[in-house]
Amino acid sequence: MPETSKPTVGLFVTCLVDLMRPVVGFAAVKLLEDAGCKVEVPASQTCCGQPAYNSGDKADTLDIAKNVIAAFEGYDYVVAPSGSCAGMIKDHYPEAFADVPKWLARAENLSAKTYELMSFLTDVMSVSATNAEFSGTVTYHDSCSGLRELGIKDQPRALLSSVQGLKISEGNETETCCGFGGLFCVKYPDISEKMVDAKVDDIVKTGADTVLAGDLGCLMNIAGRLQRRGVDVKARHAAEVLAGMTAAPAIGEPVEGE
Amino acid sequence: MQPTSPNFKQNAREAIADDPLQAALAKLAVGFPMRRLEAAQRLPEFEDLRDQARDIKNHVLENLDQYLEAYEKKVTDSGGHVHWCRDAKEARETILDICRKAGAKTVTKSKSMISEEIAVNAYLEENGIEPVETDLGEYIIQLRKEPPSHIIAPAIHLSKEQVADTFRNAHIDLAADRDLDEPRSLLEEARAKLREKFLGADVGLTGANMLIAETGTNVLVTNEGNADLTNNLPRVHVVIASIEKIVPTLEDASTILRVLARSATGQDISVYTTFCTGPRRPEDLDGPEEYHVVLLDNGRSEMIGSEFHEMLRCIRCGACLNHCPIYKSVGGHAYGWVYSGPMGAVLIPNLIGMEEAQHLPNASTLCGKCESVCPMRIPLPKMLRKWRERQYKAEMGSATARWALKSWAWLAKRPALYRRVMNAGVALLGQFGGQGRFKSLPLASGWTSKRDLAAPAGDTFISQHHKGARGDQSGALMRKKVH
Ligand code: SF4
Repeated sequence: MPETSKPTVGLFVTCLVDLMRPVVGFAAVKLLEDAGCKVEVPASQTCCGQPAYNSGDKADTLDIAKNVIAAFEGYDYVVAPSGSCAGMIKDHYPEAFADVPKWLARAENLSAKTYELMSFLTDVMSVSATNAEFSGTVTYHDSCSGLRELGIKDQPRALLSSVQGLKISEGNETETCCGFGGLFCVKYPDISEKMVDAKVDDIVKTGADTVLAGDLGCLMNIAGRLQRRGVDVKARHAAEVLAGMTAAPAIGEPVEGE
Repeated sequence: MQPTSPNFKQNAREAIADDPLQAALAKLAVGFPMRRLEAAQRLPEFEDLRDQARDIKNHVLENLDQYLEAYEKKVTDSGGHVHWCRDAKEARETILDICRKAGAKTVTKSKSMISEEIAVNAYLEENGIEPVETDLGEYIIQLRKEPPSHIIAPAIHLSKEQVADTFRNAHIDLAADRDLDEPRSLLEEARAKLREKFLGADVGLTGANMLIAETGTNVLVTNEGNADLTNNLPRVHVVIASIEKIVPTLEDASTILRVLARSATGQDISVYTTFCTGPRRPEDLDGPEEYHVVLLDNGRSEMIGSEFHEMLRCIRCGACLNHCPIYKSVGGHAYGWVYSGPMGAVLIPNLIGMEEAQHLPNASTLCGKCESVCPMRIPLPKMLRKWRERQYKAEMGSATARWALKSWAWLAKRPALYRRVMNAGVALLGQFGGQGRFKSLPLASGWTSKRDLAAPAGDTFISQHHKGARGDQSGALMRKKVH
């Protein structure tokens, strides 16, 4: 594709990926570029504002959202490696600005071009396969916002099934919340523990050696509980596998030799 | 009842440690959702019916005053009486008054969440009238002096052994060594006990799943037939219902019936669906001599037009409870009042106050499962968030948490500073995170009390990316196998 006709994508890397797991950001860049996009990463991005929104702090939500809108509205598309953050921009920005007419149109404009990474690859860029390899059995956890706000279910599975050597073993409860819920998991740790334990049990039943998902929040929760329980299942963001960037340790695992 | 909602956290902890409860919840967690799914799949127009049901109730709520008046007129025309009650107290007093005038000693009751909401049982007892619950589940919890733990399956939290114990303690006139191992024998014992009560009752008190404006009819949905004996046998039938139960026509009622049982239990329709209109007419073979409707507001009219308006579409099917991972973890009693699950978390603060119920809207991951199954398409997560907004404005909740959120938001609004602080923070954490994760970490104990915390895996993505890093692409380029 000639440079000029390539769509420009603003990568909304998400605060968790930025701080905790840069490899997901690199994987996203690679996947988007391989799909024929020109990728830019605006340095003025921080967070989508969801923690404030879900805590009832509407004023800060709107301020943070305005930053995001200003930083990203110039791109053809905005893509996030997270159903939760993409859902925030796509579904909740227009809702949050419903009675701020000055910003509503801008929020809706951004909403219309915002996508979660894997669904963007399949639904917009018509990617049906990647050339990555991964030898192992994985199971996929459907993160709540991606699944129920954005309808992401088949897209990651379609892409993953093109990865050579990868086998998918489905759980029975892939659509059940893992108990992360942002601040929920620290505010109500007992309930969250009960939920993530059910998730871990379901993962163990699949016999998979790796659990994949499209949201780092859920993954850190699940990985942390797997590790606390001493269960030998690794956790990775699906983009790492799709981009073939699995040389780095899985979530929460030490670098080899350390 | 005195709400225990302020102790939600403690209630939840106890519920999680309660083995019989957990066993019961595990069964519910599989059974109800599976049956609902199968029922929905059997009916191609199910999703359309949900839209229609939602639209019917939206229309009613926009014209509620008219429909209520039309309904009242029809009830009166058919020889019944409508009593308008502003709150629980008025409703209790009205019911007592009707009972007194009827000279009632015993009141049989079929399951009604509104009667739980106004706590009429305790009130009648205090005034020398014996209320007898005739729905099996309600009967059991009445003997145990417990509130319902589920809006359609009030005793779902109990094992059959616990029920057998309850019966042994309550029915002391029966042989102590009788066999109560099978659910059948429990059912038969309850049936025998209740038969005496049905025949002796002076007043029958029922709820209403719907009130039909065009005919002045109340609709009752049960699986045990106990509502029919409750409204037919006693001399006086009292219906207690809240104002949003109105639907315009019989046709509308049947649309809602088509989604109700499917959403609730996965049945195409419940075993008994009863339509009662007024007292017995001369040509009727049976039926009550008097027919009263106690119409309760209790906060509903204030919800109209508020951000909780849509909650008034609720038909109390229980699907949101059956599919809620929080409900399935802690059961109904943890919520601390008569309602529970997502619908309870939205409704309870409206009814007992935001302060008392402040945990409930927060104890949710907003996973959205409830909304996805609600037959009336009520946006429950959105309304939970609305409560959080009200609480935030009222400065409720932990001051430390508010301060932390405020500081983070302050920083998130200042990208350049945010970047410097985060780079430094990540570098600091990275120094201690050599094992890839933390087993415990100061200020993060909410997280690390239950799970390990992954350490940051290197410098922030944005700082690396802006230095031109591309990540380790060896896996992709060399098709390297990894395990
Ligand atoms: S909120 Fe919806 S799902 Fe829950 S009880 Fe009411 S109608 Fe049923």
